Amino acid sequence: MLVTLLLISLLAFLAFQIIPADPVTKLLGTDYTPERAAALRHELGLDRNVLVRYLDWLTGFVTGDLGVSYSYGMSVSAVMEGKGAVTAALSLMAWLLVIAISVPLGITLARWQGRRLDRVFVAMNQVFMAIPPFFLGILFTYIFGMVLKLFVPGGSILPEESLGGFFGYLIFPALAIAIPKAAMVTKLLRSSILNQMQENYVRTAYSRGNSRWGVIRLHVLRNAILPVVTFVAMTLADIVAGSIIVEQVFALPGLGRLLLASIGNRDYPVVQCIVVIIAAVVVFMNYLADVVTQTIDPRVRLG
Amino acid sequence: MCYALPAKRKLNMEPKRSYTNAMKKRVITLLLAAALTVALCACGGGQSSQTAQPTPADDQTAGNTGSTGEAADGGELTVGIAADLDSSLDPHVSSSSAGTREVLFNIYEGLVKPDTQGNLVPAVAEGYTANDTADQYTFTLREGVRFHDGSEVTAGDVVYSLSRAAGLETGEPLMSTLSGIASVEATDDKTVVVTLSAPDVEFPAYMTAAIIPEGSDPADGIIGTGPFKYVSRSPQENIVMERFDDYWGEKAQCAKVTFKVIEDGQTMVMSLRSGAIDLAAHLEASQVAELTDLTVQEGSMNLVQAVYLNNAQPPFDDIRVRQALCYAIDKQQVIDLAGDGHGTPVGSSMYPAFGRFFDAELVDYYQPDTAKALELLAEAGYDKDHPLEFTIIVPSNYTPHVDAAQVVVNLLDLLDGVVKAQIQQVEWATWYSDVYQGRQFEATVCGMDASTLTGSAMLARFVSDNAKNFIGFENADYDAAYAAALADGSKLVESFDACQQILAQQAANVYIQDLAEFVVMQPNVSGYRFYPLYVMDLACVAKTA
Repeated sequence: MLVTLLLISLLAFLAFQIIPADPVTKLLGTDYTPERAAALRHELGLDRNVLVRYLDWLTGFVTGDLGVSYSYGMSVSAVMEGKGAVTAALSLMAWLLVIAISVPLGITLARWQGRRLDRVFVAMNQVFMAIPPFFLGILFTYIFGMVLKLFVPGGSILPEESLGGFFGYLIFPALAIAIPKAAMVTKLLRSSILNQMQENYVRTAYSRGNSRWGVIRLHVLRNAILPVVTFVAMTLADIVAGSIIVEQVFALPGLGRLLLASIGNRDYPVVQCIVVIIAAVVVFMNYLADVVTQTIDPRVRLG
Repeated sequence: MCYALPAKRKLNMEPKRSYTNAMKKRVITLLLAAALTVALCACGGGQSSQTAQPTPADDQTAGNTGSTGEAADGGELTVGIAADLDSSLDPHVSSSSAGTREVLFNIYEGLVKPDTQGNLVPAVAEGYTANDTADQYTFTLREGVRFHDGSEVTAGDVVYSLSRAAGLETGEPLMSTLSGIASVEATDDKTVVVTLSAPDVEFPAYMTAAIIPEGSDPADGIIGTGPFKYVSRSPQENIVMERFDDYWGEKAQCAKVTFKVIEDGQTMVMSLRSGAIDLAAHLEASQVAELTDLTVQEGSMNLVQAVYLNNAQPPFDDIRVRQALCYAIDKQQVIDLAGDGHGTPVGSSMYPAFGRFFDAELVDYYQPDTAKALELLAEAGYDKDHPLEFTIIVPSNYTPHVDAAQVVVNLLDLLDGVVKAQIQQVEWATWYSDVYQGRQFEATVCGMDASTLTGSAMLARFVSDNAKNFIGFENADYDAAYAAALADGSKLVESFDACQQILAQQAANVYIQDLAEFVVMQPNVSGYRFYPLYVMDLACVAKTA
């Protein structure tokens, strides 16, 4: 896990060496002269060897010193203050929505396999899976924001102003992220249940007088949910990464917007920190998925 | 629904054909998906609106009415800005972006400040006198001007501020415009004498440089004398300022102004429509078309948009090639196609708001003439078999420049295949480092603006050895005319006019227009005024309930 994170942070660090322009470009703007640039590079420590700078950053990061943002002149932790909470709340909300929508829906569709409702949803599912969240976001802004006036697009509310308002504003962005993912999980759960229904133990269960619902609830679900749990855990990682775009659409002051702006500004310390956070979430969720799978299915042993 | 489609009229000019087709397919797929989703969402949405649950929208309106309750004093204003401010809000760091300068205009003031007509009016100073040789200026300070921390402005503060900005102690001027200052002295409590190392009749215009308290560093606290005082900022989120009640002049209308950072143009329009922001400036014609029930004012961006050509490198080191482009590119077509007909054509490096400096006759210096363009290109050795090939690099985040570049390429295509231009869009930071600072380009479309209302602000950059001369223009006559302008105030207008004429004759760049810009306000907001500079004066903007 740690090796993965280390590798990712190193790659992110090196990526900035390849792309054109550096923080000095942006800081000096039209007043750029080679002498000033050299002086500023020296001041920021950018004239040192890449690996030296990386190790310097790493030592700082490990000891809790995230560095100073080039484009804001304040510590990275001050720049990120409050932004992590927005992204975390949005991602978590979207993730819970994915579960809340897909689990009941997937089970119901499997239960009513072949009926009209099932057929309609299976067809619609393809569409929902294909819609990118940013597009749903634009659509939601128009329909729920402009036409139905259920929320004020662009008028995001900070948690310190009103906690209810804060979460209220997040509903539609969270939904925009959740729907395509929920469609995938629903499909996966439905087909996983239907696969299990072909197994021999199901026939046995039927022979003991269980109804179709009884078989699903008591016998199939536990087996069918296994692949789904892993997938759902991984979606959270996906959602965190995906919220970057949706934050733009809904003008949410989260990590995503900060990340994009910081890449544009070549503000390495901020980018580095956000990349590591997102990578950590992905790696951790992956690990958690393994743990959960093992809890449900004792046959799986963690390596 | 219109948001799904590219809001701007797209010219079918994409360099890669297959890409365009792929995009079309994708748009169609998206539309199909959208049609289905609309049907679904509409059903779901109808229900929830009937039950009328308390929603964030309700919370928000409640909050708004609360704040407009104080509307007796102009209320609280939320202004959308397209980019976050620079790291440093130090008013003496002249490399700050235009977006930062226009916000700081409300917080800091200089000895003088510009008015809406472009005249310099006294601010912290009550007035000034110049000596006969234009190398010494004496400023008399106004009584009772206070800093935001409550202390009164003294001659010591002025000496400190100007010395700091001019880098008198470090030897490195923070503001390059002040590099001509030799010394700054306070002769008494209310009088400051500035001595220059060389005559400069335009010097008072540079005295818009901010006055800050003696010994202070803007990095530790933002203290100025302007109508608003700085309260707080949150990166990528907002900047907050409040009315300064002890302001020496007319007090600001609004009690509080919040600048909200909204980088996405479409989200900006959405926020205006939803009422999340009260005002946004620098919008384009296509964005404004969607905002029919709001107050829209048209002004100009106060910049010179041009196809800037690298005069130092082939193919544009040949004047015939540059002139050929000038004949081939019809400014009016660019304005009509890329800006929906909004925009003012220019013919040299000066925009109309400069008034007396602007030479309107140069606008038509090159009449659109394809035959003449082809003739010049033939002379320079280009024909169908040996076409002139070059790349126009455009910063991708500036739609007006990208669109203009597309029309330019279109117009050049009309030259029977003799010119093959292609567009390369790059990210802003890359443009800065490669084109502006690195001078590695053939042609680029961008806009040059002025930080002060001096002819120098627009013309200094084309002097041969100027550090900002990114097009590598070298012309001895130009250098002489420019030097003459600064030395002799009586010939200022003529000499600057000579400069503009040389730029036009030499076809240094293909000058196009001063872009139109739009300010959009909610119906209850009024009082916005345009300046001939890139500033946003919010002191006179009022919001009623």
